[in-house]
Amino acid sequence: MVFRYELEGGNFSKAGHASSEIKKTLKQLSVDPRIIKRIVVALYEAEVNVVAHAWKGEVLAEVEANQITLTLRDEGPGIPDIPLAMQEGYSTASPAVRQMGFGAGMGLPNMKKNVDELEIESRVGVGTNVRMVTRFSGE
Amino acid sequence: MKVNELIEELNLTLFCGEAGVDNEIKGGYTCDLLSDVMGNIEEGMVWITMQTHQNVLAVASLKDAAAVLIVNGYEPDGEMREKTMEGAIPILGTKLSAFEASGIIYRLLHGK
Repeated sequence: MVFRYELEGGNFSKAGHASSEIKKTLKQLSVDPRIIKRIVVALYEAEVNVVAHAWKGEVLAEVEANQITLTLRDEGPGIPDIPLAMQEGYSTASPAVRQMGFGAGMGLPNMKKNVDELEIESRVGVGTNVRMVTRFSGE
Repeated sequence: MKVNELIEELNLTLFCGEAGVDNEIKGGYTCDLLSDVMGNIEEGMVWITMQTHQNVLAVASLKDAAAVLIVNGYEPDGEMREKTMEGAIPILGTKLSAFEASGIIYRLLHGK
């Protein structure tokens, strides 16, 4: 099964929609609730990243019998230094985004902690692709 | 302790999410950083915060929080109220500060 959701830069009212839908789907498939929680944390953070930084993007969720692959592609400013962005506490979020309680530099680290595989590819001025894989059987 | 018992004990305002007043409260988490809450709050906790926008609800619902308690007399914004209608997470309010509310709830839950 493949699901697709659109994301719009700056539109925080849509952030979390994909996470909420995926949560419902995985529940129906009787995936371990602890694993669902981890997937949802990672996907929500990834959604917020697109909304907070990019112009637009999409979430592709590929659900297989034993794993889920989440791909987020955005058109946006890109990430010039990925290892720096991965550091806890590092953030380039705007003051408005910080005021909402985001932008603490925890998004990417939270994603990494909660998935089995995380790959990030980015081109400055073009956009970022994030791919996250989680297996349902646990580690 | 159930959410409606907490409402009575602390004389809280119930802004919306009436469907969830029977949710069992297993603990609490006090923080205004959404990513920290996303990473650390556990299912069944009451989330104590002064954030009032709709993303609070998204986080609370994704993590299955028992309720959200907005402190310092703040109120949920319009979009947050609208969205809560769809879910079952009570959004509560108090004039107490986060420190006071957390202290009182901690004592209620842990009996110390």
